[in-house]
Amino acid sequence: MTEFALILLSTVLVNNFVLTKFLGLCPFMGVSRKLETAIGMALATTFVLTLASICSYLANTYLLAPLGIEYLRTITFILVIAVVVQFTEMVIQKSSPLLHKVLGIFLPLITTNCAVLGVALLNIQQELNFLQSAVYGFGASVGFSIVLILFAAMRERLAVADVPSPFQGPAIGLITAGLMSLAFLGFSGLIKG
Amino acid sequence: MLNAILALSALALTFGLLLGFAAIRFKVEGDPLVDQIDAQLPQTQCGQCGFPGCRPYAEAIANEEAEINQCPPGGEATIHALADLLDREPLPLNPENGVEAAKTVAVIDEQICIGCTLCIQACPVDAILGAAKQMHTIIESECTGCELCLPPCPVDCIEMVEIKEDILTWKWPYPEPATVEQPTDNRQEATA
Repeated sequence: MTEFALILLSTVLVNNFVLTKFLGLCPFMGVSRKLETAIGMALATTFVLTLASICSYLANTYLLAPLGIEYLRTITFILVIAVVVQFTEMVIQKSSPLLHKVLGIFLPLITTNCAVLGVALLNIQQELNFLQSAVYGFGASVGFSIVLILFAAMRERLAVADVPSPFQGPAIGLITAGLMSLAFLGFSGLIKG
Repeated sequence: MLNAILALSALALTFGLLLGFAAIRFKVEGDPLVDQIDAQLPQTQCGQCGFPGCRPYAEAIANEEAEINQCPPGGEATIHALADLLDREPLPLNPENGVEAAKTVAVIDEQICIGCTLCIQACPVDAILGAAKQMHTIIESECTGCELCLPPCPVDCIEMVEIKEDILTWKWPYPEPATVEQPTDNRQEATA
């Protein structure tokens, strides 16, 4: 139990995917202009990341490793993740239109985002077992969600703030992201090392 | 080498079959055009267009029973979005449905005000401060822009001024009304 808590804490705060590992920056900058879309994106990412983490672990352990073709990891993971997400999207659209309305457009967007593929590959690299991979994927996506929502809330205010003209738009966004990253690096003191 | 090719091809084939099956099994019927039009409408469900909500209006547009210029809350932006979507000419907003109103606040021209207190009595939110024969003024943060103080003023010293959004007047947007999609079977009945 402590182990899972540690994995969660480490992926959410200490090794935050966006601000410390710098993965998944495109949705971070691209979908953070409105809080509402950011929340939708965060939910979709949580869903896809956890699912991708589990599926890619299964594919690696039961398909690639026995056949000795681990060098095909990246392409297999892309294939598996894309198919799983597409399939789930179809099922959701049929079974729960409301959920589809919330997640719908974001699901294909996040499919093979670098954070998603990164989690799958890091799982294997760190030799995590099945449950650990699932928690790792979930933690990574929670970390992503928190940061994305915080950032979107700030950008909504930044949009109407009196920013000097050379810094307006994406420039001030990137500066804000950098400051957030600095703040999150402070969490690295949480773990003795 | 052969192993790898076979394994990956088998995987791709399986997934292809799975997705093909899912596309047929989980197919969603419905009119995608109505969904697209509905997505452009502001979802205020105000009924100013003459239809009982945004979705019925979207259905009417799709069936060409209504023009695209009947939505005052959406204003010009919605009309242009709909014109793009449906490949029609953008029309000016139909005045029968109402006018697009920006958020305004009342301002009293204090040089002209004679201190008659008539506007104070008319104000529904007590946003006007003043006394008889004393100059009146409006508490801007309380004013809702209802324009009820304009008619009683005998000297026409009240003006409506548009509020520009900046860091001081910014606030969190109101939550958007839930846009629950109708179940598929209902929609079929409506279009049949």
